[in-house]
Amino acid sequence: MTYIAKPSIHHPGLTKNALGHTRRDYEGAVSTLCAGCGHDSISAAIIQAFFDLNIEPHRVAKLSGIGCSSKTPAYFLGNSHGFNTVHGRMPSALTGANLANKDLLYIGVSGDGDSASIGLGQFCHAIRRGVNMVYIVENNGVYGLTKGQFSATADKGSKSKKGASNSDSPIDLVMLAMELGATYVGRSFSGDKEQLIPLIKGAIAHQGAALIDVVSPCVAFNNHPGSTKSYDYVRAHNEAVNSMDIITPREEITTNYPAGTTELVTMHDGSQMLLKKIAADYDPHDKIAAMQFLMRESAAGQVVTGLLYAERDSEDLHQHIGTVATPLNQLGDRDLCPGSEALARINAGLR
Amino acid sequence: MNGTSNVRALQATNDFVIKFANVNGSGSASANLLFAKSIMRMGVPIAPRNIFPSNIQGLPTWYELRVSEAGHLGRRGGVDLLVAMNPQTWDKDVQELEAGGYLFYDSTKPMPPSRFRTDITVIGMPLTGICNERYTDARQRQLFKNIIYVGALSALLDVELPVVSQLIGEQYKGKEKLLKPNLEALTLGYEWAKENLRAIGLRVRRSDQVGDRIFVEGNAAAALGAVYGGATVCAWYPITPSTSTAEAFMRYCSKLRVEPETGKNKFAIIQGEDEIASIGIVVGAGWNGARAFTCTSGPGISLMQEFIGLAYFAEIPAVLIDVQRGGPSTGMPTRTQQSDVLLCAYASHGDTKHVLLFPEDPKEAFDFSAQCFDLAERLQTPIFLMLDLDIGMNERLCAPFGWDDNRAMDRGKVLSHADLEGGAAFGRYLDVDGDGITWRTYPGTHPTKGSYFTRGTTKDRMARYSETGPDYTENMVRLLRKFETAKSLVPKPIIRMASGPTPVGVLYYGSTAPAMNEALEAFEAQGVHVDAMRVRAFPFGPEVAAFIAEHDRVFVVEQNRDSQLRSLLVNELEVDPKRVPAIVHYDGTPITARFIVQAVLSKIVTIPAPERVVARAEASQ
Repeated sequence: MTYIAKPSIHHPGLTKNALGHTRRDYEGAVSTLCAGCGHDSISAAIIQAFFDLNIEPHRVAKLSGIGCSSKTPAYFLGNSHGFNTVHGRMPSALTGANLANKDLLYIGVSGDGDSASIGLGQFCHAIRRGVNMVYIVENNGVYGLTKGQFSATADKGSKSKKGASNSDSPIDLVMLAMELGATYVGRSFSGDKEQLIPLIKGAIAHQGAALIDVVSPCVAFNNHPGSTKSYDYVRAHNEAVNSMDIITPREEITTNYPAGTTELVTMHDGSQMLLKKIAADYDPHDKIAAMQFLMRESAAGQVVTGLLYAERDSEDLHQHIGTVATPLNQLGDRDLCPGSEALARINAGLR
Repeated sequence: MNGTSNVRALQATNDFVIKFANVNGSGSASANLLFAKSIMRMGVPIAPRNIFPSNIQGLPTWYELRVSEAGHLGRRGGVDLLVAMNPQTWDKDVQELEAGGYLFYDSTKPMPPSRFRTDITVIGMPLTGICNERYTDARQRQLFKNIIYVGALSALLDVELPVVSQLIGEQYKGKEKLLKPNLEALTLGYEWAKENLRAIGLRVRRSDQVGDRIFVEGNAAAALGAVYGGATVCAWYPITPSTSTAEAFMRYCSKLRVEPETGKNKFAIIQGEDEIASIGIVVGAGWNGARAFTCTSGPGISLMQEFIGLAYFAEIPAVLIDVQRGGPSTGMPTRTQQSDVLLCAYASHGDTKHVLLFPEDPKEAFDFSAQCFDLAERLQTPIFLMLDLDIGMNERLCAPFGWDDNRAMDRGKVLSHADLEGGAAFGRYLDVDGDGITWRTYPGTHPTKGSYFTRGTTKDRMARYSETGPDYTENMVRLLRKFETAKSLVPKPIIRMASGPTPVGVLYYGSTAPAMNEALEAFEAQGVHVDAMRVRAFPFGPEVAAFIAEHDRVFVVEQNRDSQLRSLLVNELEVDPKRVPAIVHYDGTPITARFIVQAVLSKIVTIPAPERVVARAEASQ
């Protein structure tokens, strides 16, 4: 957990990844969130995912909005540039950053207030555009920093810590993302790193807009009976439809997996995603069937988790708008300035 | 001609105003532009202005064309020849005619005499009748009616028919099917007028006063400036009167910024879901080292406030092109004003100050637009290009665009991988050079050096989160130091001295320039000496305070109600408000020389001032 103070001493016993980095090289500053906060588990999962995938930390840009969740990019990948933007507007800032340099990996961290309330519009449009990003919503159904107001993902009828009942319908970011054309959609639980880490790895390897909705209980304001975002509730209602592993291009696939219950998907970066079915009739490539399944289970009070949708051969915003191979921020005068001769021709056309 | 004039009909060559009253969506705009350009091609300067509603089809729209061999490009006021094509606005339009003026109208259904004035010359031409006879298709009848009146007006005003034909030829190059009927309609109108109408007192005579000037809209010029300035990311949301800026950027980029080998784009244009997303994309791109801009108008700037504050405080380059219109709220979305000056100068919550540039015409819109991107990266802050509808959405004669091929982009203080590897000390908000500008790194530069966390929250000079007062105030004081540095980097004001010494000055900016140029000539002609300063940027350089100090009174002439630039002068330079009396014009029409002359002269007389000014002003009355 990253909230534990990290002495800067050398641990020769720490395992190294293919780049020679230890997990420490993927950590950030000490977390200032509450002890037991689900968000810290998600930060730990992010650290593990980047470590496992052998990604240079500085090739990642981390962006966030405002709120408890949005503080977390300071707590992982300390050698990456981070940008804590304004409330609900991480998606637009990330879109701009991505346009400027397509060669970096972008991770956007947001919360349910940040993405489902003030930032719902930006959430929708960044996904519509297919921005190549890992968009993680740390979803606890409550405003933590301002001490306990319901957020827009709180279920109808769920109770606040002070006993108030929520009368508004919830916004389901997973359903919304699928509707809007996200090409990789998952839901997980901060208390289930076995499921969460591979889901994040898959999102990193994916080309296009990837959303992971992570139910992340707020120990201070939303972990009581009557809450549908508490550890106890989610553990009791968690319905995983599949599990997965990401096998990097360097690794060898040694096991034979039985057909029908497993699937091997080649990702954009060359890695392989091994998908193991748990719900026999759930196909994460069939959007319509998947949405029906999700609606049915949600109505029954279940929290469906796993890789919920993945589009094969997905594209991203840069492909849609046809940008050059060189990142835009690396183009120089000769690439960008048409020069005086072209200008003379333009002048001639304006007389 | 059924003139009933009892006043001498106006006589003028190359110096008059024609107003076309049309219905929008009727295709009149291109016909009117064709007529205007024909006069320009005859070497006579023109200044057209679109006066249009916020509507697609069916509402009144006007095209006011000033013909001025003397080169006065401001709006004059008054109308000498009215081309009345819209019965809806007839009475109001007719009222605007100068005594002795001319009224050209479609006389297919003759108007009762009570709808005319007795002091004007009325010229009737049965345009609808002619069209109905010649064309069967309804759309053709409408479109060719416009070309037919262009032909008739050419005959009435001595506009050379080959010049008009040549322009039509250029317009329909490669579309021969359209060319022939247009030329035919033009000739039809021309010949009908020659046979049935007498020449009028207004004439166009070939001249050589246009020179090498170009005729272009300010929005297109600013967009082209962005291309030359190296902008690669444009994020915008449609809003009048700035939309054509983004559209022109698209157009220019598709010609000038496509990699020939691959057909791929060296630019990215995103139509945002709103102005907040647009500025967010710009800020994200600027943070990551791309040159990015948005173009909008006042309501958009209002929506962008929070991000502007972030960009100011986190020190991220951004360029905002604000094509100002009448506010507040939806205000007068299709009318011009300079009413976003304070909104932009102090945009966002907390203590903020921003750099504004005020171009006077499309030429400066091009120059300043390109310069904005250097300034934004040098100063690592938002830069505002303050256009307005008058410059932005009207074609204006101006000096041709120029570019020095030796010029290179100024990317500002950026540490590279090699710099970091070579041991350069990095503190994101550390003022190592004493100019308030600190060094930055782009994301992804180096595995272990130079990364930092960008935030709108207070931080120390090493970009570490901090809530301590001294860290906060140190940063805020440094931002002021940076703003001080900006003064030496922005365009300097232009001073125009009167022919004799005077204690009276005027200070103005942006689209007021053509009207002021004309007013200054009028003052000289009347023997009134007025020195003038055209401010081209905020923050103000030392020249501005000096100019005010050197005069007893400096009239600040602007196109907003609250004399916003004057507020900046008083606030930032601590000048005595009494020394800088306001002259404001804000009804949505562009300011005129007539207005300025009248306002200045009346104030020179009424405001207690040194005797010599009073004497000189009264002598000129």
